[in-house]
Amino acid sequence: MSIPIAFNERTRSASLGAKLGGMLQTVLREVAVPLIGIGAFLLVWEVAADRIDTSLGKFPGPAVVWEQAQNLVTEYRDERVKEAEFHARQAERNAAKLAEDPNFEVKPRAYTGKATFPSQIATSLVTVLSGFVVAMVIAVPLGIAIGLSKTLNSAVNPIVQIFKPVSPLAWLPLVTLVVSALYTSDDPALSKSYINSLLTVALCALWPMVINTAVGVASIPQDWINVSRVLRLPPLTHVRKIVLPAAVPMIFTGMRMSLGVAWMVLIAAEMLAQNPGLGKFVWDEFQNGSTNSMGRIMVAVLTIGLIGFLLDVTMLQLQRLLSWDKASASR
Amino acid sequence: MSILLDISHVDMEFTTPSGTFTALKGVDLQISKGEFVSLIGHSGCGKSTVLNIVAGLLEATRGGAILNGREIHRPGPERAVVFQNHSLLPWLTAYENVALAVKQLHGGRMSRAEVAEWVAHNLRLVHMDHAMHKLPHEISGGMKQRVGIARALAMRPEVLLMDEPFGALDALTRAHMQDSLMEIQNELKNTVIMITHDVDEAVLLSDRIVMMTNGPSATIGEILDVRLERPRDRLALASTPEYAGLRAQVLRFLYEKQRKVEHIGSAAAEKKRKFPAKSVA
Repeated sequence: MSIPIAFNERTRSASLGAKLGGMLQTVLREVAVPLIGIGAFLLVWEVAADRIDTSLGKFPGPAVVWEQAQNLVTEYRDERVKEAEFHARQAERNAAKLAEDPNFEVKPRAYTGKATFPSQIATSLVTVLSGFVVAMVIAVPLGIAIGLSKTLNSAVNPIVQIFKPVSPLAWLPLVTLVVSALYTSDDPALSKSYINSLLTVALCALWPMVINTAVGVASIPQDWINVSRVLRLPPLTHVRKIVLPAAVPMIFTGMRMSLGVAWMVLIAAEMLAQNPGLGKFVWDEFQNGSTNSMGRIMVAVLTIGLIGFLLDVTMLQLQRLLSWDKASASR
Repeated sequence: MSILLDISHVDMEFTTPSGTFTALKGVDLQISKGEFVSLIGHSGCGKSTVLNIVAGLLEATRGGAILNGREIHRPGPERAVVFQNHSLLPWLTAYENVALAVKQLHGGRMSRAEVAEWVAHNLRLVHMDHAMHKLPHEISGGMKQRVGIARALAMRPEVLLMDEPFGALDALTRAHMQDSLMEIQNELKNTVIMITHDVDEAVLLSDRIVMMTNGPSATIGEILDVRLERPRDRLALASTPEYAGLRAQVLRFLYEKQRKVEHIGSAAAEKKRKFPAKSVA
């Protein structure tokens, strides 16, 4: 009897050892290897940066960039302090005037300090998301219509294929001129630079969503369409109950691609349109040409990459949450 | 008994890149109310095409089908279809799949409570009340097919069309489903047309077995009356000479008179034949 027990013990400890080994391997692969990769990249960057001399001095290495990142945070804090002080002074002044003359009408004034890095990030996010939403509102119905009708598909497809690869830089001058001509208001609620950037983003983000939605709709299994035909669903109910849900996985795939495009396009659009976001930050630093400029631009580059990554992850999580096809969400 | 469904002089031609393909030629079949008819034949013989014409998913090139005095031109709930691969909408639960049909067909006349009761009733009928609120991917193939049947029954069809309903199931599940179907038939006495490949299934379930010749230009070869008493029990029947005789007759038709000559490239030819059917539908 003792032999089988001993055997069991041994196999159990062996399997425990194997499990631990497996876990160790996972940790190595998931944590250690990426860390080594990042470390190696930083090292190469530092060494290479040290050898690149530009008119603004040496190319910034990781240490310089880190320093500039901290500077940007400090500037933001200082600006917030100034703003608080401004509001305090204003409140004090108004209180004094009210004490003098009870009929005095208080007009609160907004603080107009210089744009800080976090506020520029916020502007960029608002612009990209509004451009994306505009694109979505157009692309999804258009994609469904194209997917449903082979004739419409043949009519629209060449146009889509031609406009799809157009760079935002080509669109922007046209958008600017059209917006200037059509959007005339003495007291515009939205700045023209914002509208220009938004529309340029939308024009470029439209196509992946149109194409993917159309493909999703066109590839609905015949059986599901037959179910709808047997039930004699009216056209609108057919779209709402069968077509739209069936195409949701592909619509999400298109949305993810479009959001990626939108974010990439945004930076260029903001540079040219002078929308006070990350694109303008990069442009202003380039024009500024101080010794810190390149370091600050590098901070923006890394921020842009990180936010792009986060947008994609968010979109993927949204897809996992809302799409019935969990398999397509992991692709 | 009066004739409920009259399929007369049906020809079906498909246009393919290599010319006109005649799938069906001169199909004639009359079905009485309450009858259970199976269509059997080798794959590619046009059984599905006959069913799709009755369903209204395909339009016959010549001839046609008349249900209750009305010519069939398009699909409709009075000719509910149970599809081969269940065809449940994957984003809806079993309950919602059936409810989609019920709301569409009876929503105007039924109160919300009546709709809910009718959906639940039909799911109970196929023994799926325990998994009503599961999504299709959470239940087995047999269970999905049960829900598909419940959806079709909930439409209160005048004729129920079943396209190889149990073809994708394993043998044990299939036997179980056949028993369930007989039990439901005892209660509802629906008129049913079922396509099958399975000789035992055909004999066990049918009042008549319609045997089709091989395509191209497939048509009805023989019709076999199955006068076995109902309710039928598969175990008791298996050892009776009547059952064995009927079974032998079908087998003889399929494997002697209409032996399928399989040659290289037949699979490709079949695909070609099936493709136009799909694009037309």
